[in-house]
Amino acid sequence: MTLLALSAAAWTAPVIDYHALAPEIVLAVGLTAVLLVDLFTSERNKWLLSVLTGFSLLGATLPVLTLALHDNSVRSIFDGRYVVDEFSLVMKGLFLLAGYVIVLLSSSHVEEGDYWRGEYWFLLLTSLLGMVMMASSRDLVSIFVALEFLSIPAYMLAAWRKRDLRSNEAGVKYFLLGVFASAVMLYGMSLLYGVADSTLLVDISKSIDLDGEFAAVQALAVVFVVVGFAFKVSAVPFHTWAPDTYEGAPTPVTAFLSVASKAAGFIALVVLVLTAFPEGRDVWQPFIWVLSALTMTIGNVFALRQTNLVRMIAYSSVSQGGFVLMPLAVAGGAAGEAALRAVVVYLVVYAATNLGMFGVILAVSRKTRSGDIASLGGLFSYAPALGVLLTIFLASLAGIPPLGGWIGKFAAFQALLTDATPWAYALAVIGAVNSVIAFGYYGNVMREVWMRPVPHGDNTPIVTPSSLQIALGITAIATLVLGILPGVVLNFGDMADLVGAFGG
Amino acid sequence: MLTSQFLLLGAILFCIGVYGVIARKNAVLVLMSIELILNSVNINLLAFALRNGSADGHTFALYIIAVAAAEVGVGLAMVLLIYRNRRSIGLDELSEMRG
Repeated sequence: MTLLALSAAAWTAPVIDYHALAPEIVLAVGLTAVLLVDLFTSERNKWLLSVLTGFSLLGATLPVLTLALHDNSVRSIFDGRYVVDEFSLVMKGLFLLAGYVIVLLSSSHVEEGDYWRGEYWFLLLTSLLGMVMMASSRDLVSIFVALEFLSIPAYMLAAWRKRDLRSNEAGVKYFLLGVFASAVMLYGMSLLYGVADSTLLVDISKSIDLDGEFAAVQALAVVFVVVGFAFKVSAVPFHTWAPDTYEGAPTPVTAFLSVASKAAGFIALVVLVLTAFPEGRDVWQPFIWVLSALTMTIGNVFALRQTNLVRMIAYSSVSQGGFVLMPLAVAGGAAGEAALRAVVVYLVVYAATNLGMFGVILAVSRKTRSGDIASLGGLFSYAPALGVLLTIFLASLAGIPPLGGWIGKFAAFQALLTDATPWAYALAVIGAVNSVIAFGYYGNVMREVWMRPVPHGDNTPIVTPSSLQIALGITAIATLVLGILPGVVLNFGDMADLVGAFGG
Repeated sequence: MLTSQFLLLGAILFCIGVYGVIARKNAVLVLMSIELILNSVNINLLAFALRNGSADGHTFALYIIAVAAAEVGVGLAMVLLIYRNRRSIGLDELSEMRG
């Protein structure tokens, strides 16, 4: 049917399931309200905006809960282009709660920073709306729109301090590489559309045939799309923007980028490789294998030599990304479901731990005004609570057993062993070596906290604002509970018959 | 068939765009190169849509045009921002952070 014929055809409105769309609608209403309230409040009352943002996020979590409790059927809207299944609900819940913790982390930072507060909350909510949409997108167009929806506000957030050269640099680097990556990804998507004659992921998976007429085009398209998302999740060698952006951006924004934005990139990658590319596994499995091995190793090696705390966390987050990619490298085979579960579990645990880490960094830097690892010297002696919390988060990132991070690593290795091929075993060995190397730099920070003297003998205690305390409490409890009762997250994986649910 | 010529044009534009992103040091030129890539994508989509006779490609291209406009808006704002702060838009001079 040509375009003219289409435009002449009778148009019927699609049936919209408003319950399934409720989280998005609540967020959209919330961000509009933030924008309007910002217009009509005086400087003194701007704190209202952070409260409004927090309530919009919690308000959007309610429909996620009712959808999860309602029944387990998959809700598919717009001809299967937008699917609400267990996987997307878990990820939506993660984004909304992570967003709430980021609101708690940033409120005191933004209030004291003397920068454009209303717009900060507005952009944060907009980006979160994009992520929530990404969790449900099952179509090339909606994945693309959700990706830009979450990225464009994030570019602006990274350049938030307009007069700070480092923040400018962070924003520009993030923007140029991010836009370049999405352009490359789009080129791959255009080729996929060309062969499949549809933008639906389910149709694309039927059209991919690596022995067929268009094998070369499709292989190229798959690689381009994976490269596009490799930029987003800062996989080596596409990670060069990450350390500079993480260091230069305001710290709460860094927390946002390294947790929420990264998780959104990963779920898009997971949905694409498992829904659209299962027949192309011979192309993307080796590619992701190499990306994963490089990401873990290079991220770790660079993290070892950092003296700036945020930059070290940036490289550590690059290296953690390698561990999330690890199960994906075998996701095309028998281990598909185990790999999917591993990615979800790792993202949940990583979000809790890394947000807590940034919470401690924010609390400590209120006193020290420094980003050096050495500025943490003797933290335990004058702020024992923060010292203990920092140790918990570091130990969780390193993957020490009773804590959450261990469950994430356990699930990732389990997926590799389920696959039971020589390549999977080789990647498991690389992963194991890397988790040992990671102890080097996490341990170094712990040594500063517990054993080193306080710099300049400055023993004044740290005053932590209550919003930061709540954020630290939430993340610490999440990290501990996920570690001690792993069933809480491992059941998410069971509840979601994920691969089956994707098709909608 | 005509489609292949459109695809060839798209591929050439894509390569010029990628070269520009990698080789240029001027932020505005890099932005223009990215626009070239996006337009090569649009040419591809329209060529495929005409060959397949479906409207999905047209829709996708419209979305890309709209989003590209938003991206350029943000991009030029950022270029202005660094120009105001350092009187230069050379990307090779952006090196406050190292390591």
